[in-house]
Amino acid sequence: MMNHKRFAVSGVMVAALAVATAACGGGDPTTPAGAGETTAAAEPVTINVHTFGGGENFGYDAAVEKWNAEHPNIQVKYTNLTDRFEDVYLPQLLQRLQAGSGAGDIVGIDEGAMGLMAARPQFFTDLGEHGLQDRKADFPAAKWEAGVNADGKLFALGTDIGGMTMCYRKDLFEKAGLPTDREEVAKLWPTWDAYMEAGKKFQAANKDAKWMDGPNTIYNVILSQEAPKNGNVSYFDKSNQLVLETNPAVKTSFDWVQKFSQQGLTAKLQAFSPPWNKAIKGGDFATMGCPSWMLGVISGAAGDGNKGNWDVASVPGGTGNWGGSWLAIPKQTKHPKEAAQVLNYLTGKEGHVAAFKEAGAFPSSIPAQQDPEVAGLKNEYFNDVPTGEIFAASVKDLQPVFLGEKHAQVKTSVEKVLEGMDQGAIGYDEAWTKFIEAGVKAAG
Amino acid sequence: MASSPTADATSLPPRLERPFMTLQLAPPRHASGKRAAPRRRMTRFDIKGMPYLLVSPYFLLFAVFGIFPLVYTLWLSLHDAELAGERTFSGLANYAELIADAEFWNAVFNTVGMFVLATVPQIILSLMLANALNKRLRGRLLLRLGVLLPMITSVVAVAVIFSQLYSRDYGLFNWVLGLVGIDPIAWQNEKWSSWIAIATMVDWRWTGYNAIILLAAMQTIPKDLYEAAAIDGATARRQFWQITLPMLRPTIVFVVFISTIGGLTLFTEPVTFEGEQMMTGGTTGQYQTVAMFIVEQAFRGSFEIGYASAAAWLLFVLILIGTMVNYFFTRRIGGAR
Repeated sequence: MMNHKRFAVSGVMVAALAVATAACGGGDPTTPAGAGETTAAAEPVTINVHTFGGGENFGYDAAVEKWNAEHPNIQVKYTNLTDRFEDVYLPQLLQRLQAGSGAGDIVGIDEGAMGLMAARPQFFTDLGEHGLQDRKADFPAAKWEAGVNADGKLFALGTDIGGMTMCYRKDLFEKAGLPTDREEVAKLWPTWDAYMEAGKKFQAANKDAKWMDGPNTIYNVILSQEAPKNGNVSYFDKSNQLVLETNPAVKTSFDWVQKFSQQGLTAKLQAFSPPWNKAIKGGDFATMGCPSWMLGVISGAAGDGNKGNWDVASVPGGTGNWGGSWLAIPKQTKHPKEAAQVLNYLTGKEGHVAAFKEAGAFPSSIPAQQDPEVAGLKNEYFNDVPTGEIFAASVKDLQPVFLGEKHAQVKTSVEKVLEGMDQGAIGYDEAWTKFIEAGVKAAG
Repeated sequence: MASSPTADATSLPPRLERPFMTLQLAPPRHASGKRAAPRRRMTRFDIKGMPYLLVSPYFLLFAVFGIFPLVYTLWLSLHDAELAGERTFSGLANYAELIADAEFWNAVFNTVGMFVLATVPQIILSLMLANALNKRLRGRLLLRLGVLLPMITSVVAVAVIFSQLYSRDYGLFNWVLGLVGIDPIAWQNEKWSSWIAIATMVDWRWTGYNAIILLAAMQTIPKDLYEAAAIDGATARRQFWQITLPMLRPTIVFVVFISTIGGLTLFTEPVTFEGEQMMTGGTTGQYQTVAMFIVEQAFRGSFEIGYASAAAWLLFVLILIGTMVNYFFTRRIGGAR
């Protein structure tokens, strides 16, 4: 015990020394170096929470304000670093983890990079050491398991979850003579075949707008539905071997995208690009797959002028999940105990509910989902659609889909091929070969 | 030693004596015998050492931001290294893999292709511009300043505006093409169209700059050469080819060198043209340059910094080769040798 404590103290001193030497590189000199973390800190500890995402991103403003008011000794500083994950946030986080400084005390991680982080256990605090192992019952199995790393330690707890719905442009539907009420629209497309038929009808009546945005969103929607039917894997099997070519889920999703594209139903837009944003605003396409967080993307891109033009119906093909995030504590933090308390709060029922109200991100926490405030919430922008009810239904039977270490890399590469095929840079006949080639190369 | 001036100073009563010593008394004191030595040493340091001290900030910064990354990159390129991951020595394996990597060669091909597409018209255009600005024109100063204007605009601003002009659905160029009945072009989609789009961005920014440099060189050409040629009956065109161009050769070599280095490290324009920052340069890498390839390998997708470092060194070699080739070409300008 004695030894253990002395070891801990010397560890703190080494850390303090490292901070002091790193100070010229932009370290924070106001941090009380060497202030014991073992005793109750006299000075307030600042916990930096770093997140990513557009619009309201993680939606923690209200939750953090409440925490700070109740905990004068642990002050949370919530910073959203960027709205881009793959190309800005993730590389930056990796560099900071390697450098040993600069990362937040609590960091947000997107679904696509969870495999990558799980394979780097040396950078993260074992949350089990701070009693968070008990939270298992709060989360669906899928959300929990993704937060367990290669060493079998819990390193991250879930925040939001995507769920799946279909968003559609009411005004365009009306023009094309299709039903506009969300119940009737749902009846219009129980299956993807029906969705395509409706699309052809729409396209025949409408020359100015396309039925759907492009290949990316619909591909991710269908893949999220197909993966649970094929052993709960998408690009990698559970031993991290690439199964891109052999997993029927991938081929089915690919084939659907190809069919939609060949039928001329897509606006040939790349998701999350400036022209795509413009098209959401301009009404250049009529439908798009919508995980819970996509509602915020649409209302942000379409703007106030389009309020009421977009609506939400259930998605063809059943339940699925696309996206969602986790919170983790990098090992470099000087206050793991306090950070764990904050993380416990933010991923707890209260944090989840506050985030859903603020950013529309649907809670992955089961107690939060069952909270009447969540279940009863409506989204004003989308004609008061009862989002709480709709998304709760869409995540009810959700299966845990395994995402490999290099999931994000493979995803980015193969979707490039889909875009190329849709826009005509890659022929339909060679697209599948190119798709596999790109995926194999990215898996390296 | 005891003879050091600071030791002297501290032994004196403070405040009163000190200014005297340094301002007035010091010279006679030091003039006698042994005490002269430190002063002479100071002067020698002033002359020999001071210049180095004064230029050292540049070299210190260069060591930190230039030499260190250079050496570190070389060291990394010999490792199988992943960002925030494992690192094992792998010798020249990265280089061997790169040389067999079709995507790397695609990036090289794009870079060289866009370089030629941008630089050839750019040099010709800036020569013509310089020649025109060298004539007696009204408002010459304004015109000369005018061609420099694109230079003072930020690269990103230029690239953003051009990317919008080239946008498929709402772009100005496609609208103009539509007026004459041509279907909208998805500029990002094909190699030729994306290369043209990017080359125009580069040229917009650099043509005026090169023109001004060439203009400055033109003005150093002695007037009597032209007078003599005119007396011999040489036309203006002949004078340009036989006098102006040969006399400009060293400047053209310089301009081409700078363009080569700029062209082969082309980055901002294609990245902005792509819109998102995944560095893939289009769906099939239609306009991915080597610089983008390096960033893609290191910081997007695979996070292979070892591999990216090797690519960075190959780019360095590529620039060396490119500059040498261009040197041999431009040496022959104006028919000499």
